[in-house]
Amino acid sequence: MSKKDFGKIKGFSIQFLPYSEIKHLDSTERIRKILGIVLGNNILMIQGRLKPEEETRLIGDTVAMIDHIKGFKGIELAVIAGNGNHSILDNFKQKLVKSLSGGDLGAITIIGPATIVKEIKRNPKKIELFLNK
Amino acid sequence: MEIKIFKNFFKKMFNNLYKGKKEIKLGFYGPPNAGKTSLANRICKDFTGEEIGNVSKIPHETRSVQFKEKVEIKYKGKSMTFKMIDTPGIATKIDYEDFLKYKLGKKEAKQRAKEATQGIVESIKWLDDMDVVVVVLDASENPYNQVNITIIGNLVARKIPVLIVANKIDLHKADIKKIESAFPEYDVIGMSAKYGKNLEEFYETLFKLSKGK
Repeated sequence: MSKKDFGKIKGFSIQFLPYSEIKHLDSTERIRKILGIVLGNNILMIQGRLKPEEETRLIGDTVAMIDHIKGFKGIELAVIAGNGNHSILDNFKQKLVKSLSGGDLGAITIIGPATIVKEIKRNPKKIELFLNK
Repeated sequence: MEIKIFKNFFKKMFNNLYKGKKEIKLGFYGPPNAGKTSLANRICKDFTGEEIGNVSKIPHETRSVQFKEKVEIKYKGKSMTFKMIDTPGIATKIDYEDFLKYKLGKKEAKQRAKEATQGIVESIKWLDDMDVVVVVLDASENPYNQVNITIIGNLVARKIPVLIVANKIDLHKADIKKIESAFPEYDVIGMSAKYGKNLEEFYETLFKLSKGK
């Protein structure tokens, strides 16, 4: 895992991770892969979303690293998914697609180091990414 | 045969009595500075005369899990006994420099940041142990924060009943409707822990959710 100096940002990239890349990984491997990318000063966009327990584990693991990696201040995280106002038929279709694909492919997860991403503002209709100067 | 029936009857009766007096583990979760400790203090003060912890305008004042055992809440002739568990605010980032704005010294700010990170990890670990959770949100802030969504998603996955409190409704910027539309599937109660506003509705819903726990 590369541990760059987070205090001095010289650049960053945006990486897209298709769900197929993490589909067969267990929770530990998924989180390790995600953190590896984010700690490399990258903003990561993942197709789909993590399981609720993986999201909390990601938060816990990340926060635990703050004191151990110089300049690292944590992450900004947002998941863009449907607003949940669907009919019973829509919900059934979604559940069927999820069970066949193994994940919520209609969602996008955005994760970035807090040194780069100042804030991810969201409301039901839009999402805004504010970067640090 | 008759002895066995008697034995089972008394065993069942004893178990029911014991179950009725069981402490319900009531967790207070949410982002930093939403008013978790203020609300827990308000309840504890009303029913035990003692507070659970300190409150402050500086974020991450609660940096370790705090408890108050055997808090018997009485409401409309009914009573339930809770173990109150006030948890540190959950965040995805901590920067000691944010604390400097509150006139803390650099050393103190760094120490606070360190303790705050440990507090978040502790809060997350405790999620599994709750019977009922009150998610306290600041009604004057944007509720579409991933931390809020993640906490609630976790509680749902663990089948733990959730009550959302839209706190600080005394503030001009407070918007309960925004919280209700962000979490349409849950009971949302607008409150002011600071001024004790809407506690009746809170207890009503809390009792409803805690039934059978």
